[in-house]
Parts: sequence; C-alpha cells; structure tokens
Amino acid sequence: MAQAAATQHGEHEETTTGLNHRKLLMWAFLGSDCMFFGSLIATYVVYQGKSKVGPFPEDVFSIPVTSVSTFVLLMSSMSMVLAYAALTRGKMKAFRIWILSTAIMGMTFIGFQVFEFRDFANYEVHIDCAHLDVEKLTEFEKTFADQCADGVEEFEEQHGLTPRTNLFGTTFFTLTGFHGAHVTLGVIWLLSIAFHSFRGGVRPETNLDVDLAALYWHFVDVVWIVIFTVVYLFGVFPGI
Amino acid sequence: MAEDAHTHDNQPTQESHAEHTGHPTPMTYFKVAMILSIITAIEVAIFYVEDLGHGIIPILVVLSVAKFALVAMFYMHLRYDAKLFTGFFVGGLILALTIGIALLGLFRFFG
Amino acid sequence: MTTLSIPVPSRPVHPTGVWGWITTIDHKRIGILYGVTAFIMFITGGLEALYMRAQLARPDQELVSPEVFNQLFTMHATTMIFLAIMPMGAAFFNYIIPLQIGARDVAFPRLNAFSYWTFLGGALILKLSWFFGGAPNAGWFGYAPITGIQYNPGHGIDFWAMSLQVLGIASLAAAFNFIVTIINMRAPGMSLMRMPLFTWMTLITSFLLVLAFPVITVALIELMFDRFFGMNFFVPAKGANPLLWQHLFWIFGHPEVYILILPAMGIVSEIIPTFSKKPLFGYPVVVLSGAVIGFMGWMVWSHHMFTVGLGPVANSVFALTTMAIAVPTGVKIFNWMGTMWGGSISFKTPMLFALGFIWLFIIGGLSGVMHSSAASDAQQQDTYFVVAHIHYVLFGGSIMALLAGTYYWFPKVTGRMMNETLGKINFWLVFISMNITFFPMHFIGLDGMPRRIYRYSSEYGWDFWNLVASIGAFALAFAILVFMINVIRSAMKGEKASADPWDGRTLEWSIPSPTPEYNFAQIPTVRGIDPFWAQKRERVPVAPVAGGSGEDDAHSIHLPQPSYWPFLASIGLFIGAYGLVYYQSIVGMTAGILGLALTIVSVYAWSFEPVNDPEEEH
Repeated sequence: MAQAAATQHGEHEETTTGLNHRKLLMWAFLGSDCMFFGSLIATYVVYQGKSKVGPFPEDVFSIPVTSVSTFVLLMSSMSMVLAYAALTRGKMKAFRIWILSTAIMGMTFIGFQVFEFRDFANYEVHIDCAHLDVEKLTEFEKTFADQCADGVEEFEEQHGLTPRTNLFGTTFFTLTGFHGAHVTLGVIWLLSIAFHSFRGGVRPETNLDVDLAALYWHFVDVVWIVIFTVVYLFGVFPGI
Repeated sequence: MAEDAHTHDNQPTQESHAEHTGHPTPMTYFKVAMILSIITAIEVAIFYVEDLGHGIIPILVVLSVAKFALVAMFYMHLRYDAKLFTGFFVGGLILALTIGIALLGLFRFFG
Repeated sequence: MTTLSIPVPSRPVHPTGVWGWITTIDHKRIGILYGVTAFIMFITGGLEALYMRAQLARPDQELVSPEVFNQLFTMHATTMIFLAIMPMGAAFFNYIIPLQIGARDVAFPRLNAFSYWTFLGGALILKLSWFFGGAPNAGWFGYAPITGIQYNPGHGIDFWAMSLQVLGIASLAAAFNFIVTIINMRAPGMSLMRMPLFTWMTLITSFLLVLAFPVITVALIELMFDRFFGMNFFVPAKGANPLLWQHLFWIFGHPEVYILILPAMGIVSEIIPTFSKKPLFGYPVVVLSGAVIGFMGWMVWSHHMFTVGLGPVANSVFALTTMAIAVPTGVKIFNWMGTMWGGSISFKTPMLFALGFIWLFIIGGLSGVMHSSAASDAQQQDTYFVVAHIHYVLFGGSIMALLAGTYYWFPKVTGRMMNETLGKINFWLVFISMNITFFPMHFIGLDGMPRRIYRYSSEYGWDFWNLVASIGAFALAFAILVFMINVIRSAMKGEKASADPWDGRTLEWSIPSPTPEYNFAQIPTVRGIDPFWAQKRERVPVAPVAGGSGEDDAHSIHLPQPSYWPFLASIGLFIGAYGLVYYQSIVGMTAGILGLALTIVSVYAWSFEPVNDPEEEH
C-alpha cells in the first residue's frame, strides 16, 4: 500500500530534475496546446458579432442543454481523478469502474455535441404572428417580422446554421469541433487503457500512463470551461 | 531515496494521512467536484438575470477562472507537484491570453 | 510486458545498411540525416533563386512567365526557411546537444526519428508540388484572400498548407524532445548556468517552437477549411477580415525568425571563445539576452504589417517594441567582441565564418532597425530593401553560422578535418559574393524596386545593380559548390582528426572523433562552465559519476533499440496529407483514410513496443 502511494506524484526519478521525462513532455504539450486553442478562441472572439447573416448565437444556443453537457464533462474529471487515486491504492476494480465512467461521460458529452450540431443545422425561424411581440424577438427574427402582415398566423423558414452559413457558423463549429476531436481522442485513450487493464497490463506501478491520460483529460475539460463561458454565456453580447 | 514519511505510518484517518503527505483524498476530489457544480449552477443562474446586462461579463470571467484554477490545482495536481509543471502550463496560458487580448484590441479598437 | 494476442514483430537487432538508417533512433545518425537532407533542399532553394536572378539580371526579360516566377519566389523562401535553415539547425541540435550535456541520447529517441522522417515527408510534399500541377504561388507568407479557393483554385496552395502542417508536426515533436532532454538529461553538476551556449539557445528556440507553431497550425487549418469546405474565415463577402490571416501568420512568423537566428547565435557563441582561447565574455548576460529576445519576440509581430492601416497607436506600439528588441541583440555582439578582446585569436575557417556572421548580421540588424520605424518602413515595405535585410540576417546570419558549425563540428562527426585551405577560399568566396549579391538590393530597394515582380523596364534605373546582384548570386552558387566539394572530399579522405582538434572547451571534445555509438564511456561530472577546458587547463577532471557504467567497455552500456514504427508513422502522415489534398476523389479519400490508419496503428505499436528488447544479449 505504502509502496503504491510512493509511486504517486512526486516520485524521484534518475533525471536532472527528478521529474519523469514523459510527465514533463505532457506538461510542455499542454502549454503548447493552450496556444492552439487560444488561436481558435481568438478567431472566434474577433469575429463575434461580425456575421452578415443569421442565425446568431442567441437564436440557436440552448444554455440549459449545454449546461448539462458542461456538468457531465466536469464530473468526468472527477471520475478520472478518482480512477487514478484508486489505481495508486491498488484498487483495480474501482479503477476500472471509474475509468470506464470517465470514458462514458466523455462519450455522452460528444453525444450532446452531435445533437446540438444537428439541431443548429436544422434551425428554423419560427415567429408566432398571431401573438407578435417585436420586443421579444431576436435580431435575426426581427428581420422576418414584416412577413407577419396580412393575417399570416405564423411564419416558419429553414435557416440552418452550418460552417458555411456565416462567420459564427464557421468559427463556432471549428472551435467546438476541434475541442470535440480532442475529447474523442481522450475517450479512445481511456478506453485503450481500460481494455489494457482487463488484460492485466495496468498495475499500480505503471500509474504514470494513467496520470498522463488524466492530465490530458483534465486539460480538455478546462478548455471547455473557457469555451462555455466565452462562446455560450457571452453569446448574447454581440461585438464584445 | 526512501524519504517517504508515510511508509512507517499505521494508517491514521485517510484525510490527515493525505494532508501529511500532500496528496488529496477522494473526499477532497468529491468536494472540488461539488464546488465546480455549484459554480456552474451560479453561472447559469446569473446568465438569466437580465438586469445585469454587460455586467455579467466580469462576474462570469471570475467564476470561470475559479473553476479553471480548481481543476488545474487539484485535479491536475499542480498544487502538489513540481513548480516547473506549473511554469510550463501557465507560461503557455498567459502567452495565449495576452496575445488573444492584443488581437481583440487590434480588431476592436484600432484599425 | 503484457502479452498481446496479436503477434507484433520484435524490434530490429543491430540492423545494417539502408534498414539500419530507416530504423535508427541514434541521435547522431538522425543528425546526419537532417544535415544531408537539409543541404540538398538548400541546393534546390538555391536553384530556384538562381532562376529568379537570371530572369532579373536584365530588364524586360522573359526567361520565365510571371506565373512561374510567383512559384519560384514562394518555393525559394518556403524551402530556405523550412527545409534548409530549420533542419540544418536541427541537424546540429540532434548531433551536438546530447554530447554537450553529457548524455547518451535524447529523452525520446523514437520520437526523434519520427521528427526526421516526418520532416522528410513534409519536404517532399512541398518540393513535389512542382510536378503535381504547380507549386504554391502566393509567397511564403500566403496572405488571404489570394490563397483562397476563388483566386487560387489549383492545388499549389493545398500542397503548401499540407506540407507546412506536416513540417509543423515534425518541428513540434523535435522541440518537445529537446526541451525534455536539455532540462532532464544533463550530466551531474551541469546546472542550467553551466550549460554551453549552443545548448541554451537550443532550449530557448525549442520553447519558441512549441508556442509559435500551434498558431500557424490554426491559421493553416482555417485556410484549408475555407478552401476545402467552403467556410468563411477569410471570405470578405461574409464579413471576414483578411487581416486575421496576417496577424495569425506573423504571431507565428516573428518568433519563427528568432527560431532561425538563435541557434546560429549559439553556434557563434561556441566558436568565438574556442578560437580566442578565452571564455565567453559575460556568459550570464549572453544567456539572458537570448531569453529576452525569445520573450520580446512575441511583442513585435505587427511590424510586418505597418502598411496595412492598423492606425497610429498600434503602429507606434509595435515600432517601440521592435526598436527595443535590438538591444539584447546588440548586447550579444558586444559580448562576442569582449570575448575576442585580449584573446589569442586563431583565424581558422570556423572562426572566419563566425566573424563573417557578426559583421553581416550587424548590417542586417541595422537595416532591421531602419524598418522598425513605421514611418520609414512605409517606404521600405515590399521593396528590395526588405529583401536585402532578410538575406543579410538569414544568409549573412544563419547560413554563415551553419557553415561555421559545419567546419567546426565536422571532425567530431566524421573523424576527419575539412581542408583548411579550401575552407578559407570557401569563406572568402561566400563572404564576397554574398555582399555582391545582396548589398545592392539596399540601393534598388530604396530606389523603389518592389518585391515579387518578375520583370522591370530600364526607365526605372535599376538595371545596373540588378545585374551586379545576379552576378553575385551565381558567384555565391559557385562558393557553395566549393563548400560541397570540401565536405565530400574531406569526408572521404580528409586528414584524420583527433578528439580535440580545436583545443575546445565543451564536453563534445572530450570524447573520440568520430563519436562512438555510446557517446561517453563514462558520464562525466561537471563542475563549471567550459568543463573540458577546466579539465585540460586547470586540472579539474571531468570525473565519472560514482558507480557509473564503470569500465570503458562499450558492451556494458545499454543503448535504446532501433525501431521502424516512427518511420511507418511518418509514412502514414505523408500518404494521409496527399489524401487530404485530393480528398474529393476516391483515390484521395482512400489514401487519406489509409494514411491515417497507418499512423494510428504505428503509434499504438510504438507505445506498446518494449523499450529495450529483453531478448537482446549484452
């Protein structure tokens, strides 16, 4: 037991700094990946409010739905860290449960993304002309308000949001798409570890491999924290 | 190099054991998860308070930074690990942030 | 290790010949591969330049069409920067760094091999574009929207973007490797402030690489998404701003030029002390100025955009930061001079090239400072004045230093000296013809000759200096030919070299020439800067680590085993990149998927490959 704890973070290695090569590599990689996501987020922010045609964020975003997927991803970080803790304590069954849970929550998150993207692509402008209240319409909807003349009951038109539609579509799908790709890679990594563990290949002494996957996973979560705030929550403010 | 202070312990409570060695316990991780959930709930709630207008921006930024820091310090273990790791990560982060803000400035306020 | 039911072939054991080179993970062999490949690419870039200089030698010529000329200047620059200077730097990082820090290899030998093969793939994707319907034609900086699908429907830009992405992966992998190696694999006693300068500059360069390349990766992704999938990143009709490309590109592009020059400065910082028989003057200051240059390099990028209309505030800020960055650069020059002052100077070929570097880099730096004023840059931007600046810092700077490094470290790599007489002739030919080629460009530039024009007429009065520059270019080509002859002749029958032909100061000179496979029989313990010099002059022995590998017996030293997975992973990327370019066809789509699959499988096999073959007999 103490042996297992001794192989946890901060174990002294035969390197100049006493730190493990691969762990150093992972942290350097994460610092570098900050610049990657930073550039994508910067592109999104620079173009925020500059689309010439809708739909715009306030039309398509569903904060309640995205809050759920955000919550799922946050909880997946908890299950990831519990998986690692279980491994270092030699609790292999708990380890497998927690790491599979993490992968499942990751897949759930991706599922939410897929459904969200599909909903956006199928977005329809819908104006209830019979009970028209122009103040409550979004900017995009307002451009269709005049379609409510001459006793029209309701107005509906397909205006799906795709990466080609406007700047919002382009930047949104690219940013969240690459984040989703990172999540997917993480899920594959975690499933590989889980599979390897069922074959007896994962032991408390090899916990570094899981530690590295965990760091990557938490990073992906942390990037989503930024995206959720900057893209979704700030989505209602054009031209920040 | 067996400097482990914990090898000769005979298991005091899980939590004080952990504080002694600097490793968080599962209970700590669970507590962090609860805090993260609560902050997210607050963020979403604030989002619906229309009276604040643009004022929600600094509030949401602070809350997001808090979540980011909690995950980085506890889940990614930066609080307990070598400072070099923090340096690598925060270095990339600050550079990305600074350049992002510079770009925002260049596009919104100049030219 | 775990028992997988899939039979995975075991790692090669003592492979020889071509298979030996393909599966090598030895940093020395990888360094040689980089060096030879980079030099060949340098020749191709040089030929592209000669073609342009032939066309521009006289007014109103039609040796090439304007379309081909656009491809020539694009390919020349992209080749020289990404396929010549950077990989030649990588050749030295690879060969020399482990030797300078007292290590037996880099932290991740297979990742190192992967970097090389991926670089080769990226290089081929770019160069073969000439034969696949046309090379890229929008300049090495590829400004939107001219790189967009509307104005550039052919595949040239696709090849350019894909090759840069592949090269980016190679550079990132290498940079991560060197960061971990330098930080984590130093000999006992070698603190950071006892490292050789070349090692220091490589470390700073590696940090720049891992932080800058992601930005151009994103820019290229955005460009490719526009071109392939009809997205709107740089489509003005949809509200996009082409300046976004310029900003993203130069946020990468400016740190990139420091990536090109810092290793060169590192080489010079090794050679000057050695050939002055004096320690580097102000070692901590030279290290610090390198770090400051790396840091400030992030704050100057819009000086490439002074004429796009950013406004007076932005222009002033970037002008000030650009002027400021001249300071740490100047500091290094004073330190080199201070090193030579009072030293016992030996004017061997490496020293001549290093001195040439200082002189020519100063000229390049001065024209750079002239650009730093947004006002005067308004006249200089996009003229041959900038071309002059670029070539003084990149040829007069980087290339001179790389030539110096070749003459300097050639004995260590090959066990033979390069011919000294031919070396001196080589130096003077290079130095003189370089100046003949590029100095006149200052004149025609200020006289208004724009960049990237394929032809000019006599009425502008640029005829004479263009002819001079072209003559110089051909003379420069001859000088490089002399270099090539010296390298080949010396490698085959040069005078045998001792371990320490220059009376060197750093650890690489303490081991035999050519370097044994295991580098150090015993890992040394270091007690100060210039540890080998200290051992020789001050009798501070570079003592072996207590309980180290013991006897000077190569067989008791355990080295990493070769592997073919890095090579296969690179092939997957190469095929995948082509597949992506042609993704609209069945062949392309298939190639893309197969390539990706090969890379994924290779990476998996690589991770599960045992680190050292347990069956290998000692």
